[in-house]
Amino acid sequence: MAYAEQAETALLHEPKSFLTRYIWSQDHKVIAIQYSLTAIFVGLIALVLSALMRMQIGFPGSLEFMDASTYYQAMTMHGMIMVIYLLTALFLGGFGNYLIPLMVGSRDMVFPYVNMLSYWFYLLSVIVLLASFFVPGGPTGAGWTLYPPQAITQGSPGTEWGIVLMLVSLAIFIVAATMGGLNYVTTVLQARTHGMTLLRMPLSVWGIFMASILALLAFPALFVSAVMMLFDKLLGTSFFMPAIISMGQALDHQGGSPILFQHLFWFFGHPEVYIVALPAFGLVSDLISTHARKNIFGYRMMVWAIVAIGVLSFVVWAHHMYVSGMNPYFGFFFATTTLVIAVPTALKVYNWVLTLWRGDIHLTVPMLFALAFIVTFLVGGLTGLFLGNVIVDIPLSDTYFVVAHFHMVMGVAPILVVFGAIYHWFPKITGRLLDDRLGKLHFWITFLGTYAIYFPMHYLGFLGMPRRYYAYENYAFIPQSAQDLNAFITVAALIVGVSQLLFLFNLFWSAFRGKPAGSNPWGATSLEWQTPDTPPVHGNWGAKLPVVHRWAYDYSVPGIEQDFVPQTVSDEELGRMRRRAGETQRADAKP
Amino acid sequence: MASHAPTPGEPSPSALSSPAAGWQGIAGDWASDKDAFKQVPWGKAMMWIFLLSDTFVFTCFLTGYMSVRISTTVPWPNPSEVFALTIGGTEIPLILIAIMTFVLISSSGTMAMAVNFAYRRDRRRTAALMLATAAFGLTFVGMQAFEWSKLIAEGVRPWANPMGAAQFGASFFMITGFHGLHVSIGVLYLSIVALKVLRGDYERAGNYQIVEIAGLYWHFVDLVWVFIFAFFYLW
Repeated sequence: MAYAEQAETALLHEPKSFLTRYIWSQDHKVIAIQYSLTAIFVGLIALVLSALMRMQIGFPGSLEFMDASTYYQAMTMHGMIMVIYLLTALFLGGFGNYLIPLMVGSRDMVFPYVNMLSYWFYLLSVIVLLASFFVPGGPTGAGWTLYPPQAITQGSPGTEWGIVLMLVSLAIFIVAATMGGLNYVTTVLQARTHGMTLLRMPLSVWGIFMASILALLAFPALFVSAVMMLFDKLLGTSFFMPAIISMGQALDHQGGSPILFQHLFWFFGHPEVYIVALPAFGLVSDLISTHARKNIFGYRMMVWAIVAIGVLSFVVWAHHMYVSGMNPYFGFFFATTTLVIAVPTALKVYNWVLTLWRGDIHLTVPMLFALAFIVTFLVGGLTGLFLGNVIVDIPLSDTYFVVAHFHMVMGVAPILVVFGAIYHWFPKITGRLLDDRLGKLHFWITFLGTYAIYFPMHYLGFLGMPRRYYAYENYAFIPQSAQDLNAFITVAALIVGVSQLLFLFNLFWSAFRGKPAGSNPWGATSLEWQTPDTPPVHGNWGAKLPVVHRWAYDYSVPGIEQDFVPQTVSDEELGRMRRRAGETQRADAKP
Repeated sequence: MASHAPTPGEPSPSALSSPAAGWQGIAGDWASDKDAFKQVPWGKAMMWIFLLSDTFVFTCFLTGYMSVRISTTVPWPNPSEVFALTIGGTEIPLILIAIMTFVLISSSGTMAMAVNFAYRRDRRRTAALMLATAAFGLTFVGMQAFEWSKLIAEGVRPWANPMGAAQFGASFFMITGFHGLHVSIGVLYLSIVALKVLRGDYERAGNYQIVEIAGLYWHFVDLVWVFIFAFFYLW
């Protein structure tokens, strides 16, 4: 265990062979890429599952193997993979790992070995999860919220092995996320370089930092509920199981509280929304500022908004449970806190728009994704206000309106940021730019396609079309036209799904054949663009750690030639830059 | 492995160089460059954050237990009767738990002394006190094993309980089991660190902070026990 002060010159854990450099690597950059590739891989599985579900809804009976059980299994695995194994892992394990040490000017995470273990535990959790596709009975079909009693009662698909593997996999994932999160938080708090004060950190770091804290405090609730449900399933305890008659037989359970599970689950589940959203907020702030060549509007407000959202996210969980049968007075409290959390969130949206206002907007691919994020997040956020109010929520509860809301706000919006951020930081990771034309094509199909998918769903929700149904035929309250809309949504979803191949192709093609990027293709100010090598080598900074003299948002500074001032430029250096620019100006003016 | 103190004479490019009074001063210190907690090594910071996270785990376990205790329809057994021992013909309520609690609290005392001697670089006494702490921990786990086997002999199981609510057994085995696991891990951790202290590993590195970090974990495990004692045995 090394707990030394940041090494100024000596590099720790220098990799010596291919194995330690690329497989059992303790380098945060390699771990980040391992995390990202694994997350994208499982994400693709979840994408395929969603296509299968859409085929069943849009064109019922078109897939021979699709029965109700398979549908529920696909739905459950799609949700769980997307939320936990893709988004959480990608934002914290991928972007957090890559960006935190580079952006705060550190040589690595504080405990590289623990960081490496974090990835291998994550991989193990993914393997356990995917193993559930191959066990008798298949994966669990309990819905991604895994509500008992149905999650472990006979009749739900996958109650023999699927649910056990799911819970074990979640527990392993939580161990991985804890080891990673401890590293991210400690690195941000204790391993910043000279001059990198907390209020000079790029907002990306702030977002990931706060999300890591949320992860450390919210995942325990999921861990405990997973342990208790495993006991209910395997030992026959009755934590979550009331007295119940299933298939004509009284089960051996009595006196448990299913609503306790819902409280524990959502005490994790709501912060989880912000574990995904806060890194997206942070990353998108940096994308917007860099590509609009303008300082972020209201930096301090942005930081405090991230902190306030993080704190508030722990007192809103029961707005997921308005129809659960809990005490109705709770609804009053949780509706109020839910509407309060809209204040700092709206503040962030205003600040993004004000950053764009009169900026020098470059419509690069990362910027297109960032702009699309603002719009999408706004739509998803506004429908959130509908659902946060108890009386509006009750008729909309468990309809496609909810599906549209959360896919907009925590599905599409963060994924747009993921894409934008990959297009933005890919040149630093590989030294090559992603192809611009393919990127724009990918952007427009994805952006317009997701609107074609989710906008009509709001309307379906108003019609009262319930979510999580396997087939919608012969319900008097669902008009025939809903089926046409569903077919349209399915076509759009398939197009969007297939178009992601463009992105994958771009990723692998550009990694080897892309245009060389140089060290700072976007003219960005933050530390990761000032590394001596691109891609950065082990230890990140060569012989000496960088020294930070300013915040990360000095764009379009008047009086100098380049339109940005990197964080490493001191005031004296800036003065020299000013004088140089003045001299050239005078020289230009002479003739 | 340099010492943690910042190099003197380092140019400080911090914007917050002039000290401010009151809350602004606190915020300024906290937000200043390099580290938020001055003189706190990485390992210690990380242990504190881990313990905060672990606090949430135990809080959720205890909240879950209290919740099922309220939700169950069968009466809850009286802990002071269940955990009574008959010694010399008289039934003494909670006597074993009282001894266990005493042992665990005492181990916190020996641990604190070990940290003290570690910073004085007294290798022999540090190691001896840490091993004493581990021995106290083992005694605790041993008595817990006795308590478990006594309850099991009386027919208490995670899924059933002849004395009343089934959730009593479920919560008991789950919570004390999870805490006992923490104590057992702590015993291993302390023993390993104690042996490394004896071997002189930290003397060579010039750094005994690991003893304090292990101590933090140990005190936390004790503190959690106080809450389990209050909420499970005294309620």
